Amino acid sequence: MARLNPWRWVVLSLAALYFLVPLAASVIFTVDVPGQGVTFDAYTQIVSTEGFVSSLLLSLGLAGATIAVVLLLMVPAMVALRLGAPRLRPVVEVVCALPLVVPPIAFVAGISTVLKWGPEHLSRTPLFQTFVALQNPDFPFVLVLAYVVMALPFVHRALDTGLRAIDVPTLVEAARSCGASWPQALVRAVLPNLRGALLNSAFLTLALVLGEFTVAQLLGFRPFAVWIYSVAGSQAQLSVAVSVLSLFVTWALLLALAGVGGRNRTAASRG
Amino acid sequence: MTTTLTGVDVVTAASPKRRRRAPGWLAVVPLLAFTAIAFGIPALAMLDGAFTVKDPATGATSYTAENLTTSLQGAYLTALLGSVKLSAVSAVIAAALGLPLAQAVVTSRSRALREAVLTASGVLANFGGVPLAFAFVATLGNAGVLTRHLGLTDKGWDLYSFWGLVLVYLYFLIPLMVLTITPALEGLRSQWREAAQNNGATAVQYWRHIALPVLLPSLLGGLVLLFGSAFAAYATAAAMVGSSVPLVTLQIADAISGNVLVGQENVALALSLDMVLVAGLVMAVYLPLQRRSARWLA
Repeated sequence: MARLNPWRWVVLSLAALYFLVPLAASVIFTVDVPGQGVTFDAYTQIVSTEGFVSSLLLSLGLAGATIAVVLLLMVPAMVALRLGAPRLRPVVEVVCALPLVVPPIAFVAGISTVLKWGPEHLSRTPLFQTFVALQNPDFPFVLVLAYVVMALPFVHRALDTGLRAIDVPTLVEAARSCGASWPQALVRAVLPNLRGALLNSAFLTLALVLGEFTVAQLLGFRPFAVWIYSVAGSQAQLSVAVSVLSLFVTWALLLALAGVGGRNRTAASRG
Repeated sequence: MTTTLTGVDVVTAASPKRRRRAPGWLAVVPLLAFTAIAFGIPALAMLDGAFTVKDPATGATSYTAENLTTSLQGAYLTALLGSVKLSAVSAVIAAALGLPLAQAVVTSRSRALREAVLTASGVLANFGGVPLAFAFVATLGNAGVLTRHLGLTDKGWDLYSFWGLVLVYLYFLIPLMVLTITPALEGLRSQWREAAQNNGATAVQYWRHIALPVLLPSLLGGLVLLFGSAFAAYATAAAMVGSSVPLVTLQIADAISGNVLVGQENVALALSLDMVLVAGLVMAVYLPLQRRSARWLA
């Protein structure tokens, strides 16, 4: 293994070149505007641009709701599966892998069909109000439903890895023997041991929701990613500047995650 | 007696098994109910819509395979094949480039380099979508920095084309390949190489007869995973090329948002079904391969 490998450095430098050049060029693109020289206008204008704050807040709100729902659904289920109900384990595994088989664009095609039932068939039933509420443009809860489904595979994997590392039955029995109730045992004994996995799930879900474009755009809502896309036509520099910033923020988040919860190597992308 | 004790949950008396069972499936019910509603209903709606047509005159609906046939003809077929071709080409290139990169990283003695590349790959593999498209537009688009400074347009470069998309897709596919193949490369024991060398094998023979057969399931599994990832990608392509490259995801989006003829919504659903079938096929190939490659990593 002590051989000096020139090809290794060729491979690594080529890779570095390919992965760093677009980032560097994007920064140059936003700063060096033809005909104006070097200017930082693209960055200073961001906050004041119409729609930036509202779309970012919408995305953050959606992310918060998605994280809350997905963890509330998944954590009790996964912990319970560790404690018993072995026959349900493969069922949950398959259910959580199903979203990988249905690409987001196919999923949103199904959702938009369902949403059309509202005006077409259900306009005289109480369900109609539910459909309207789901699509409230201020906070489209239908997106939360979709994002929770899309986050299931990642959250399942993260929680599964976390739970594998601890002995849940022993922890729960110890807590119960000391007189803790079920919720107490879960919140005070199991969850603190799962902090890494929970953070991992939360970060991955946050990254997924902040970058999500397909479902939101096709259902006609305007969270962050759709907003970037919509300003690109009129303000190219600005859209690239926001892209670069959002990249660096996402990376900082994911790198922090890599530091906190160990590398998450297999989170597959569904660009 | 026992049942009443379990009922009031007396800690010391009941058998542990009995105590565990009830919360076991009760805690899973909300999850299953949620997926049945949020995932099951749209999926069934898609399936149902893919096989129905609505008579524009009477408004009556009937079941037919017409949508599926339409989705496999003309412009739709071109788009489907375009997607398959783009995904296959970029998956193969990403696998071919990701393998040496992963090997360079795995055999490196510098721990810091390995950690850095693997963490960066984890980040980059999760990075697709609109920002990626715009980063490349700013670099190699018509007014991009490199395009302007190197005068690439005169040399026939066009980012908004098939090969342009391949170049962009590689940005998240190569890291994905590195992540998928690294555990397998780490599983290659140095003893195997030494044993082969002691028996007089050349480097080529070692790779041909030992390393590649061991790596093959992981390589194929990675390839399939990359294909699936590229096949499902929509945001990057939509933000970058509009519709100048025919892709099935772009066709579905057009049909849903009513950019084409009215009544094409159900063809969009049929196209979605086509995609699900392809993605299902991908998973059906990937899972056994992954299980097979896991055998060597134990």
